[in-house]
Amino acid sequence: MSNAIAKLAVALAVGAGLALGAGSANAETPKYGGILKFVVPGKAPSYDGHIETTYAMVHRVRPFYSLLIRVNPDNPSDPSDFVCDLCVGDVPKPTEGGTKYTFQIQQGVKFHDGTPLTSADIKATYDKIIFPPEGVASARKSFFKAVESVTTPDDFTVVFKLKFPTGSFIPALATPFNFVYSKKDLDEHGYTWHKSHINGTGAFKFVEHQKGAFLEGVKNPDYHIKGRPYLDGFRAITSAKMALSIQAIRGDRASIEFRGFPPKARDDLVAALGDKITVQESDWNCVLLATPNHKKKPFDDARVRQALTLGLDRWSGSKYLSKIAIVKTVGGVVFPKHKFAATQEELEKLKGYGTDINASRAEAQKLLKEAGVPGLKFTLHNRGVDQPYKVVGTWMIDQWKKTGMDVDQQVNPTPVFYDVLRKKKTFDVSLDFNCQSVINPIADITKFLGSSGNNYGSYTDQPLEDIYNNILKSGDEAEQRRLIRDYETRALSDQAHLLISLWWYKINPYRSYVKGWKIAPSHYLNQHLDNVWLDQ
Amino acid sequence: MVKYLLKRLMLLIPTLLGAAVLVFFLLRLVPGDVCEIRLAGTGLYADPAEIALCRKDLGLDQPIMLQFFHFIWGYFTLDLGKSMWTGAPITHEISLRFHLSLQVAIMATTVAIVIAIPFGIISAVKQNTWIDYVVRAFSIAGIAMPSFWLGILIILGLLIGTQAVFGEPWMPPIEFKPIWEDPVWNLSQLIWPAVATGYRYSAVATRMTRSALLEVLREDYVRTARAKGLPEKIIINRHALKNALLPVVTIIAIEFAFLMGGLVVTEQVFNLNGLGRLFVESVGAQDFNMTQQLVMLVVLIFVITNFLVDIMYAWLDPRIRYS
Repeated sequence: MSNAIAKLAVALAVGAGLALGAGSANAETPKYGGILKFVVPGKAPSYDGHIETTYAMVHRVRPFYSLLIRVNPDNPSDPSDFVCDLCVGDVPKPTEGGTKYTFQIQQGVKFHDGTPLTSADIKATYDKIIFPPEGVASARKSFFKAVESVTTPDDFTVVFKLKFPTGSFIPALATPFNFVYSKKDLDEHGYTWHKSHINGTGAFKFVEHQKGAFLEGVKNPDYHIKGRPYLDGFRAITSAKMALSIQAIRGDRASIEFRGFPPKARDDLVAALGDKITVQESDWNCVLLATPNHKKKPFDDARVRQALTLGLDRWSGSKYLSKIAIVKTVGGVVFPKHKFAATQEELEKLKGYGTDINASRAEAQKLLKEAGVPGLKFTLHNRGVDQPYKVVGTWMIDQWKKTGMDVDQQVNPTPVFYDVLRKKKTFDVSLDFNCQSVINPIADITKFLGSSGNNYGSYTDQPLEDIYNNILKSGDEAEQRRLIRDYETRALSDQAHLLISLWWYKINPYRSYVKGWKIAPSHYLNQHLDNVWLDQ
Repeated sequence: MVKYLLKRLMLLIPTLLGAAVLVFFLLRLVPGDVCEIRLAGTGLYADPAEIALCRKDLGLDQPIMLQFFHFIWGYFTLDLGKSMWTGAPITHEISLRFHLSLQVAIMATTVAIVIAIPFGIISAVKQNTWIDYVVRAFSIAGIAMPSFWLGILIILGLLIGTQAVFGEPWMPPIEFKPIWEDPVWNLSQLIWPAVATGYRYSAVATRMTRSALLEVLREDYVRTARAKGLPEKIIINRHALKNALLPVVTIIAIEFAFLMGGLVVTEQVFNLNGLGRLFVESVGAQDFNMTQQLVMLVVLIFVITNFLVDIMYAWLDPRIRYS
């Protein structure tokens, strides 16, 4: 036992060292060759990044494609570090008062079928994403509401003209779903061809996909980044169960799973394999929320919603839940590591974020009494997925019971869960989540607006909408930060429209011979695999 | 005999039609929407227009009776439609997985028969001896233990055992290769789920063999055979066992049909890309097209298996043959 604990400590230290001191990985000389085998839970509906939303597609298909710009693969934890992928030089600064972005496109880049890349391909891609013809789906059209036009002054220049300046444009551009397609393919085969066919400029070429089993890619010798990729190929193996994925890494049937495992799985793998396992950890751009249904009494009363948030001891919850679940960080509306995120001092001013839980619970009971519902009884609607929904849901119920509330839990399988949350809206309080790829606070915080399409609280709050509009219009970061605090205070504290439990925490234990991959604050990011190599 | 077979064959048509009606309409009662899950399943905002477009593409905006007509018409045109999740033809999705599920079912059935028939006979012949008690305990353990749990124990045992002995943990392959491509790989992957499910399956069949044989051994004609001085081996093998096998054959056939689509958890434990896993994934994704065709496939397998059992009954029992 003590041996296992010692192994765990050593490996965690090694892993943390690798994760934090990223330089150590860079110091090693990459080796060429080998096939990376990784497991992917879940099935990809199609190969078309422009219409899909699941990481199950990104993990399998992203290595075949390039983006115009991407999150810096050597520094993916920095939410504002973007680099050119198919463009040249640095990511351009806007001109004309922040409304014009001009990108120079790399020359000599070829699609896997040999077609040369030009600015026309970039335009065709973004026209499909931003201005799809009627009847053509595009999942992220709303990310680009500010874009007025995409033009190509010459074969290697693309200009994005915005209607108004916005800080959310560049992060939206780096979204990993924005695969660059060939104009020729779109013209010749139509807008649905990419659902079932792959032709990109990415580091790997498509070989075979046996649905439900594996997808295979082979090195693209004409890849536009010289000397990359290091791998000869990759094999994405479908593994439906997390337990199986963990054992697959233990038994070396796969080297890594990119989405992440709970803490117990990390500890088990490290205890079993010691320094043969490396662990990288990161805050995760996913937040677990509870949404009170404002259409149902007594949740239309802000005092009741405030009592709900006051009942949660987030600081101790973080300490204990992070040992058993994929949650950890106490935070507000913005991803905790971002410059717009609240500091601990700022958080403690919000209801439910104080460090004296007894005082918070006393206040909660007082508010419930004032609202005429002492001993409030309700049902928490939850999703039938263990991590982190059922674990955190059970913790929340315990917290509310300690505040004198009588809460039970209704757990539904995913389709029924969504049906109740989005269509029927018959829940009292429901767990919900907000998971994004590129950290883009100004876009991400729309989740808290009653008018937002992915907000299920059924409320309207004009003052909150006004604050948000001011955030959008503001060009000054300091002012934006101050406005976001106002927004946060109103959404989470004064009105307590939604309750944040904890932000997710990403844990990736994997075989130590896998090098070059760096954890990002999202399971959608850094999946191009062009910098991954095997030390074997 | 021909009349008997024709009668059984004709019964297949209303059975399949009834199943088709039930599966189609019951699935529509399940709350949820494949487009919602696909476009907004990760918590993203999904434009209602996008969801409407997706529903239109999948034909979900059509009147339900028209959807039912297309479903039934597909059987006449041999077009089972496309998966609502992957967009691939359902025949392709099923054929990819059918041979794996079939192989596991055959292997598990073989394991079950090899264990159940001899153990059942020994247990009946040696009734109330220590051998009988051991066999009964073994079979009760098999019934009590879910095969997926046994599967998990097998994988963990292999990982821990091989690491202790060889220094490196080993587990069965998690990718399937057909037996004609790589027999060693194939068997090293499929033998474990076959044992895990075959054990539970054998436990049921062992108990059935034992009780059926005990009943037959008390029949008058067996007493007569013994009185004539026939050796016990001939009495059991030639006279008793054949009659005792009727219920055993039924159990084996039903279990075989169940294995073809029912290994939902065991297939996930061993990462087998079979029909059971496809079933679970289709239900989870609200892929009605795929789910209803899989249900119909399982119904068809059950119906055909029962038909074959009926034929076997006629072979085993002359009373049926000559009736």
